[in-house]
Amino acid sequence: MAILKVNQVTKKFGNFTALDGINMEVQQGEVYGFIGPNGAGKTTTIRVLLGILQATSGTAQIFGRDVWNDAVDIHKQIAYVPGEVNLWSNLTGGEVIDLFVKLRGTNAKNRREELIQRFDLDPTKKCGTYSKGNRQKVALIAAFASNADLYILDEPTSGLDPLMEQVFQECVGEVKKAGKSVLLSSHILSEVEKLCDKVSIIRQGQIIESGTLQELRHLTRTRVKVETTEPIANLDQVEGIHDLKALDRGVVFHVDTDKIGAAIKHVSDFGILALESTPPTLEDLFMHHYQDERGER
Amino acid sequence: MGLKGAHFTNFRTLAKFIWRRDRVRIPIWLISLIGITISVAIVFPGLYPPGPERDILAETMKNPAMTSMLGPGYGLHDYHIGAAMAHQMLLFTAVAVAIMNILLAIRHTRSDEEAGRIEMIRSLPVGKLANSGSTFLVLVFVNLFLALLMGIGLGLLGLEGMDMAGSLLYGAALGVTGIFFAAATIFIAQLTETSRSALGFAFTFMGLSYLLRAVGDLGSEVLSLVSPLGLILRTEAYVNNYWWPIFIMAAASIALILLAFRLNTIRDLEAGFIAARPGPSRASRFLQSPLGLALRLQRTTIIGWTLATLVLGASYGSIFGDVDAFFQTSDIFELLLPGTEGFSLTDQFTATLLAVMAMIGMIPVLLTMLKLRSEEQANRTEHILARAVSRRRFFGSYLLIAALVTIVVQVMSALGLWSAASAVMSDPFSLSLTLKGGLAYVPAMWIMLGVTALLIGFVPKFANLIWAYLGYTFFVIYFGGLFQLPAWLGKLTPFGYVPDVPLEKMGVPLTMTLILVALASTLLGLKGYEKRDIVDV
Repeated sequence: MAILKVNQVTKKFGNFTALDGINMEVQQGEVYGFIGPNGAGKTTTIRVLLGILQATSGTAQIFGRDVWNDAVDIHKQIAYVPGEVNLWSNLTGGEVIDLFVKLRGTNAKNRREELIQRFDLDPTKKCGTYSKGNRQKVALIAAFASNADLYILDEPTSGLDPLMEQVFQECVGEVKKAGKSVLLSSHILSEVEKLCDKVSIIRQGQIIESGTLQELRHLTRTRVKVETTEPIANLDQVEGIHDLKALDRGVVFHVDTDKIGAAIKHVSDFGILALESTPPTLEDLFMHHYQDERGER
Repeated sequence: MGLKGAHFTNFRTLAKFIWRRDRVRIPIWLISLIGITISVAIVFPGLYPPGPERDILAETMKNPAMTSMLGPGYGLHDYHIGAAMAHQMLLFTAVAVAIMNILLAIRHTRSDEEAGRIEMIRSLPVGKLANSGSTFLVLVFVNLFLALLMGIGLGLLGLEGMDMAGSLLYGAALGVTGIFFAAATIFIAQLTETSRSALGFAFTFMGLSYLLRAVGDLGSEVLSLVSPLGLILRTEAYVNNYWWPIFIMAAASIALILLAFRLNTIRDLEAGFIAARPGPSRASRFLQSPLGLALRLQRTTIIGWTLATLVLGASYGSIFGDVDAFFQTSDIFELLLPGTEGFSLTDQFTATLLAVMAMIGMIPVLLTMLKLRSEEQANRTEHILARAVSRRRFFGSYLLIAALVTIVVQVMSALGLWSAASAVMSDPFSLSLTLKGGLAYVPAMWIMLGVTALLIGFVPKFANLIWAYLGYTFFVIYFGGLFQLPAWLGKLTPFGYVPDVPLEKMGVPLTMTLILVALASTLLGLKGYEKRDIVDV
């Protein structure tokens, strides 16, 4: 069942087109990664989803309801962590957490104390004295303490230390296990790779790629380093081989992921001594798209 | 004081940077201040032609009510244009100059520090005091420039009694007031951790200076000399041209800024001397709603202003004894203000006071409503609206508080006025009359609140223009009679529709009409707010 459905959403600020026909679908129980460089439109998309900005055209629905008109009802089942957490400097972290949990309408305080401990937050301190990471913890605790159906997290870990990032990943794992959905915007690609079932890449207000990580990997190349007893002949003639380079011993090349079989078959005729293949990381994928697009312009 | 040259490394570059950031703001302040002063000076000869009428007017200036508002009259035996200018305009212009300096000083010190911008600057090869120092330097130049332009400009007009020597002193009095408040504000900015409380302290300091002077001018010269705003009035520009207050103010400014520098060098970045304490780990039941949050955030502002209006009312009320006595002995007044049958001159004075207090009471009302906008700009509105809270409820919380604050401040200032006045008058007016007088302004104040709602709903970027509207209202209502402005100018503000209570009655139809207009504009503003994007610019 599609929890979140975005159809051809465009958002203009005056002459500037921030979002240009965005399409997206998040299924129940899915952790959906939303990646892209700064200023690509991640936060704008999320603000449209929250009914804070109104789409210029197109439709967006959460739980089958319109995000602009039914915002209040939708928000009863949503937990949100903004990318930049600005809090009231004269309220304490504990007060803000209680306020946020209460404002959602439902009462789920049982997890509050546990989360405060796990995230190692001092709730008696005024928000004005918190660091960026601590303000983010306040928002995260308020989000995970609420029993939501959809978690919208906008770059939630940009200020957290590695230990707290670990706790965050556990929390995402727990809500996923409970069958809840997560929309995770990020530019920390290793995090997305670890947590997400599906990924959309946004660039300049357009979704340029989306699918499971597996699907996306097929669109890119695997790096192969091989050492053989005899020099490999005619390797550059094999289809799908790129960036071939000779090393002191052996060669290194990139091969289109769907042509990897043919390449290995060709190489194996020359007596393989060592073979090392590195699958593309999300970073390769991302850079691949980013550089391609930049080259085209 | 342990100030080293290294503390000021690169402060000239920073000063240029500050000027670059304020290259529009500062000229606007200067042009407005000088422009208004010059145009008032040009109008004055038409208002006060030499002759017996002017002598009578000068006589009225001796009355304590005028003294408490404008400062002591001097040169009244020959009330030429220069004397009238300095007496009627210097204090208010000085207050405006003080406000300019407070806002600019906080903007470049505690605000920048709180936002973490000073941290970036300080990571560069820049001295500890470079920022405070360059802020002060820029403001000193701005004030000197203001003093010179103002002085030369007024002097060149060549009006009766306004020679160049007097004009330069007039300008210098304003300039040195500015420098003093710049130094005092930079000092205050060292004490608090947030720009908000720094602003609060600085404006409280200015308000106290004004009040101290008002009380001092009516009886105790020492109190007036202690107040910076009282001290500069002792220059008696255009009449006696005393320069000594200028030198005292300059010396006090140097002492204050040195003290501020000292505090700045011994404290940590982003720390203050008034420390933030830990608070409760749980939110009270009261806090857990949009209304509770809005109230909690503005608690200090609201309580502070409630007390301030009470004190303001009381301090105006306390001069009624003198006013009473003065009116009884002054025959000239009877000549000047005939034709208000059945009402005493005291009632007339009360009417003016009620209007002034209502306009001052408008400040906390606007502050509470505009908080809705500053929360939006600080990106905190999304925390609330991303949860199960409708825009109507969120907007309504701030509106409700502002509407209630209107009633509270009006009741408080009326209470203050009445209680102090009844203590000092032989024949005091009744409490219900005073309360009615204060509350008569509430519908007009609500209209101005409605206009604020409209601005927030449709042109949020320009919401702060409401302050200009309030400034216009003050100008028209307060000076309208003095400058004999055309009547329609007064009808451009809701305050212009309120009758002169208690001289005239506030009718039910008028009250209802004003309330309806307020309601309509507010609802329209809400409609706009529900339909627009929430933006942080």
